[in-house]
Amino acid sequence: MIEMKNVSKWYGTFQVLKNCTTRVDKGEVVVVCGPSGSGKSTLIKTVNALEPFQQGEITVEGISVGAPGTDLPKLRSRIGMVFQNFELFPHMKIVDNINLAQIKVLGRTADAATAKSMALLKRVGLDAHAQKHPGQLSGGQQQRVAIARALAMDPIAMLFDEPTSALDPEMINEVLDVMTELAREGMTMMVVTHEMGFASRVAHRVVFMDAGEIVEDAKKEDFFGKPRSERAQHFLSKILHH
Amino acid sequence: MDFSFLNQPAFSGGGVYLDWVISGIKWTLLVSILGWIIAFSVGSVLGVLRTVPVAWLRVPATMYVELFRNVPLLVQMFIWYFVVPEIVPQALGDWLKTKMPMPEFWNAVLCLGFYTASRVAEQVRSGIQSIPKGQTNAALAMGLTLPQAYRHVLLPMSYRIIIPPMTTEFLTIFKNSSVALTIGVLELTAQARQISEYTFRTFEIFIIATVIYALITLTVTFSMRWLENKTRVPGYIGGAGK
Repeated sequence: MIEMKNVSKWYGTFQVLKNCTTRVDKGEVVVVCGPSGSGKSTLIKTVNALEPFQQGEITVEGISVGAPGTDLPKLRSRIGMVFQNFELFPHMKIVDNINLAQIKVLGRTADAATAKSMALLKRVGLDAHAQKHPGQLSGGQQQRVAIARALAMDPIAMLFDEPTSALDPEMINEVLDVMTELAREGMTMMVVTHEMGFASRVAHRVVFMDAGEIVEDAKKEDFFGKPRSERAQHFLSKILHH
Repeated sequence: MDFSFLNQPAFSGGGVYLDWVISGIKWTLLVSILGWIIAFSVGSVLGVLRTVPVAWLRVPATMYVELFRNVPLLVQMFIWYFVVPEIVPQALGDWLKTKMPMPEFWNAVLCLGFYTASRVAEQVRSGIQSIPKGQTNAALAMGLTLPQAYRHVLLPMSYRIIIPPMTTEFLTIFKNSSVALTIGVLELTAQARQISEYTFRTFEIFIIATVIYALITLTVTFSMRWLENKTRVPGYIGGAGK
């Protein structure tokens, strides 16, 4: 469904992505991990063209992301994205946050959008908070709303960019639970995360990045069992031993 | 102190000196409020243009701001009144010099409006730039176009954030309107000077003028404070640091 071929990106002369090639098939959950500054977030943002890239090709269901004629708003509306800092719109009520793109992008009526939003809020256990503003919710609650907001567009795939990194520890699980359930239902997911527990439970494949390169792209069992590269071994030994 | 001159017949115009004061207030309010309407609308457009990722829109807006805020207001007032009619096509120049109704007034409105627009533009720009980049990304990721992202996400928060500095600009335009006396607009300061020359009650009339300016600006301050409370976002602390 998502295919990346030899994607490279530079900031000036500094190369942040080096010939990255990977794919996410329909129904697959791919976890992208690696040390800070390795280019994980940049890589995931190239999928919906929030970050432009200079070389290579990315296609989503056969549509080229980098081609000049691509209708980016339309492409983006089909891919849900969840961010590290939630990025709910603070001036809008929770329900309006979820309604906005349904109405403005998909052209749903306000009633239809609200019905969908309320159903999704119920699913993430927050229907009682629909009339509040984001600032009145905890971080974990905000992130669950952000997931509901992305799901409201009936996306064909979901991108998660470090969805639990800005959360207090006691709130991480409530978000991971929602994500795990999504994965069980067969959602296609690309997840940048440091949560190796989540990766080992839910992921099908793990992509390990370091210094802008995809160092390892392996089935979950192979990655956690016997990572081939020294860098991945080193990374795993550091984050699994405490 | 003797304020009885206010009830004495004025040197010209048939009324008393109080009528001159009232007329001065009227022109001060007219010049300032019409100027503010221009400043707010033109400044908002320029401020938005200064932040868009399109160079041919951004560069002219930046040039406008740098030009208008770096030339002293008094000089601009003279340029609008004395120079512009000479450098535009002759037919228009003749119309400006001979046929235009109330040329001092309209030149003062345009001058104040376009000068203050450059300052409003800077406030709007800084407001937009204070919104974390992630908000734009979230808006675009759900399929909104860039204009929709400005309309529904960036501007509603930006305008809330800049209410305090915009209050200052709004106050300043009332005080700056006194510069219009140099091209012959009989606003409050001009009337105060005139009354002082005819009655020699310099202290009294300038005390009156000062109190009136203070009343106008206090009204503005309290109205803006009311607006700030009215538009306050529940639970929102600030977007800085995200």
